[in-house]
Amino acid sequence: MGDDMFLSIKNVNKVFEGRGTSEKVLSSIQLDVKEGEFVSILGPSGCGKSTLLSIVAGLVPPTDGKILLEDKEITGPGKERGMVFQQAALFPWLTVEENVMFPLLLDMPKEEARQKAHHYLSMVQLSNYTKHSPHELSGGMQQRVAIARALAMDPALLLMDEPFGALDEQTRSRLHEILEDVFLETKKTILFVTHSISESLKLSDRIVVMGTQPGSILEILELDFPRPRSQSKEDLVIYEEKIQSLLKNEIDKVRKGENSCSQPLNA
Amino acid sequence: MQPAVKRLIFYILLFTVWQAAVMAFDVSPSLLPAPTDVFVSLYEGFSNKTLVYDLVASFRRLFVGLAIALILGLLIGIFLAKSNTADETLGSLILALQAVPSIVWLPLAIMWFGLNEMAVTFIVVLGATMVMTINIRTGIKNVPPLFIKAARTMNYHGFRLFWKVTFPAAIPHAVTGTRLAWAFAWRALMAGELLSTGPGLGYSLKFASDFGDMSRVIAIMLIIMLIGIMVDLLLFQRVEKNVLKKWGLETQ
Repeated sequence: MGDDMFLSIKNVNKVFEGRGTSEKVLSSIQLDVKEGEFVSILGPSGCGKSTLLSIVAGLVPPTDGKILLEDKEITGPGKERGMVFQQAALFPWLTVEENVMFPLLLDMPKEEARQKAHHYLSMVQLSNYTKHSPHELSGGMQQRVAIARALAMDPALLLMDEPFGALDEQTRSRLHEILEDVFLETKKTILFVTHSISESLKLSDRIVVMGTQPGSILEILELDFPRPRSQSKEDLVIYEEKIQSLLKNEIDKVRKGENSCSQPLNA
Repeated sequence: MQPAVKRLIFYILLFTVWQAAVMAFDVSPSLLPAPTDVFVSLYEGFSNKTLVYDLVASFRRLFVGLAIALILGLLIGIFLAKSNTADETLGSLILALQAVPSIVWLPLAIMWFGLNEMAVTFIVVLGATMVMTINIRTGIKNVPPLFIKAARTMNYHGFRLFWKVTFPAAIPHAVTGTRLAWAFAWRALMAGELLSTGPGLGYSLKFASDFGDMSRVIAIMLIIMLIGIMVDLLLFQRVEKNVLKKWGLETQ
């Protein structure tokens, strides 16, 4: 693959230096993402998938290697990349609508920001909650606000770090549908970190399967199923089994437990 | 029964027992006046306006002192939260000063400023600044890192990040700091007035005591008590509760 890729992660390594110790969390990560692609990064806890996403977000620098977004090297956070975290991270002193306006107020007048905010809040079906406080919303609704906030920046790349990990099963599958609709409507490129195999199968065009100690890419799977995905459940089983067997060794590694990994994979 | 009703009955009983005891044992008014004498003294004080002037004078000094203390506390608190060296050095001094009732500074204050308003205001400022400083420092240090991370991905940094995220996130602690600063300032003010000069509630209390007018002494004590509790209950605890609720920090 050439240099004309939308997002290009080139040979990224990350070492965390502690007091006299150093831990390699990412080893030679090489990944190219096409524009408009939905790519999941799947792996057990401790495989460095969240660290990789933080590096792409520009929150953490890589130890070496580089990341190019539309041929420009990433050196820090930027508004062409929006991020959604596992916790919604809404600001409690602002209303729902003000939270979504928050990133916009840096460079547009208030009224324009408000209109934009309402547009994205309706996309995540929260039009009736614009004046509410975050604490009045359920966890799933808060996460939808966080998605609207990230979308409102109109980023070229949407980064999602286990965004539905803290939600219950029903809420999660509803949010999967909303996210798929948003993806189809906005045609954003999405990099989605998860430890749930079914979640990655339901949402992704490609799945990057990562192993631990150090975090590295085991295999990249192409999923060529029509959207929406809920109908094609049976075909996905083959993939699910394949990923399970890929990760079996990794899980055993984690179980032996030299690393700080405690969270098992959810199928 | 409503807590308010219970409370009302309790206070009626308290005053009745007090009144009965004073009458039954024929206690001298210079030892313990009856509640009726206290209420008469209160009524006189308000009708000839001496207590009103005292209240105005005390409150003026309190507001000046408290305002200075809150601003100082805010600035020093931010400084301590942002600089580790300052926190390890100046921070320890602030904690040490907080352990000392500010009234012990009065002899020095009188030498520096004279026996006047300035000395009392100084005591009030010292009494309230430390607790505000400590709360602001804690508030800023405890801002959830996730808020900062999220704001950075939205391109906020530097002063804007501080002003739009760090500071508002620390507001619950700032409110607690203000409430405690008020309580400390009120106590420091009364001590300062009692030991230095007037006009003011504390000064009038000492004046009444010099003339053996214990009814007036207790009347002023009641006013001090009522103002202390009213401001705390009606103003600060309400504000604090609302803020904690909105910031999602409610414990119950």
